[in-house]
Amino acid sequence: MGVDLTCELLGLRLRNPIVLASGILGTSASLLVRAAESGAGAVTSKSCGPRPRDGHSNPVAVDWGHGVINAIGLSNPGAGGEVALLMDARARLAPLGVPLIASIFGGTIAEYGEVAQIVASAGPDIIEVNISCPNVADEFGTPFAADGRSAAEVTEAVKAAVGPIPVSVKLAPNVPAISRIAASVVEAGADAITAINTMPGMVIDADAGRPVLSNRVGGISGPALKPIALRCVADVARAVDVPIIGTGGVMSGRDAAEILMAGATVVGVGTAVWYRGVTALGEIAVELEQFLGRAGYGDPAAIRGLIAYP
Amino acid sequence: MHEVFTVVHVRAENYRTKTLILDRSLSAQPGQFVMAWLPGVDEKPLSIAAEAPLALTVVSVGPFSEALHGLGLGASVWVRGPLGHGFTLPDDPLGKRILLVGGGYGVAPLLFLARRARAVGCTVDVCIGARTSADVLLAASFSAVGAMLRITTEDGSAGSQGMVTQAVDEALRAERPYAVYACGPIGMLGAVEHQCKRYGLPHQLSWEAHMRCGMGLCGACEVHGRSAEGWLACHDGPVDRG
Repeated sequence: MGVDLTCELLGLRLRNPIVLASGILGTSASLLVRAAESGAGAVTSKSCGPRPRDGHSNPVAVDWGHGVINAIGLSNPGAGGEVALLMDARARLAPLGVPLIASIFGGTIAEYGEVAQIVASAGPDIIEVNISCPNVADEFGTPFAADGRSAAEVTEAVKAAVGPIPVSVKLAPNVPAISRIAASVVEAGADAITAINTMPGMVIDADAGRPVLSNRVGGISGPALKPIALRCVADVARAVDVPIIGTGGVMSGRDAAEILMAGATVVGVGTAVWYRGVTALGEIAVELEQFLGRAGYGDPAAIRGLIAYP
Repeated sequence: MHEVFTVVHVRAENYRTKTLILDRSLSAQPGQFVMAWLPGVDEKPLSIAAEAPLALTVVSVGPFSEALHGLGLGASVWVRGPLGHGFTLPDDPLGKRILLVGGGYGVAPLLFLARRARAVGCTVDVCIGARTSADVLLAASFSAVGAMLRITTEDGSAGSQGMVTQAVDEALRAERPYAVYACGPIGMLGAVEHQCKRYGLPHQLSWEAHMRCGMGLCGACEVHGRSAEGWLACHDGPVDRG
């Protein structure tokens, strides 16, 4: 049976449902283009905020055995600098037919609106609102994703600033009820949900007697995150009726199928680049195609939400 | 995760360079690197100077390298790696002549490569460039492995006066090598790349970049103008094999 991997996300046509996740390789136009050439159906830039940031000092990432922990610390050129990067990327991605998702963050609700307005001028296809970075609590306090009301306020501020560009809000896994946060942001105007960000964690080196990351805590990604992501995506899918960019622990086409079955519309891939190289993006798409073919499904939409609760 | 190694020997290479010899091996290719961590200080990339046992040649250029220089016997160094892609020797190496070009402290990974190349029967020519005679690094070690050595210094205090690329020109005119391998400052690499292209020679150049995750994820070590769009020193390099 022939499999058609193309899918639709917020009115955009993707050649396959694999989306380069924010924070991985998204720091330059050339890296975004490389991810697209490696086979991603859409690519997401690294989150940018109001001002340039260097991020944390090393170590910023380590493979701890069952996944990766990182606290890069939102290094970015600031929204002003990001615009040129995004415009360059957009121009070079267009001939490839690969949409560009621009990720943004802010320290206050007003800053989210300001950054969104600046970034919107670059004309990305989607704006992803990172309200869930776990690695900058010292500076920014508890992420907005922790509370439905503040998550909704950020969503409203961004929606008001970006005109017709669709907005996806990226949620945190470490909340008592992600479905409630999802419902709040959708009610506030979110066009899609990205679920999930990394899971806050800590890795300690017993010989050193201290946490490995200079930031002490970081975000867990990779294989350990997958079951958490599947549960969150399933909960979000049950609560809201918008597309979901399902992200977390997808290392293979089979993993991609699982997160689609949980309710995702498309599949974010990030840490797989460490385990399998940049080519993982295209390889996972091919593996998904093979899985769907073997199992007798015609396209990714055929398995979306397959595990839906009664 | 990092593995803890113990310093068992420290060898002074020149006035600002030490080689830390560690307590056990790390299987690696010449040109690969490790992320070396001193808890509470910093974590930075270091090229692998030898694999059995693991040795790291460290030039004192800042607080982290000074802290490494301050380590005594029995001190711990945390290491993750080997990371990245190193140099590749010719498929059928016996009797093939290769040219190694090192500028400043870029010579450290080349000694590992010279040893490996000699072990499989390559003839090894080495050009070392430095500012002064005091900056020349590992010359005796290259000679000891049977490499033919040309030294240039900017002030002429050792070898011939001039830039290493002059010695490279000389070596290329004397006998055409099978391939050229280089590590050093960006300006030197660009010049060597130009020479190799002019002579139509295969070349492998090791590029330095600001390294953060070392895992191909964060994008910090992107080097522009390399053999591929979005080339990452940690993921695709540090050695660009063209």
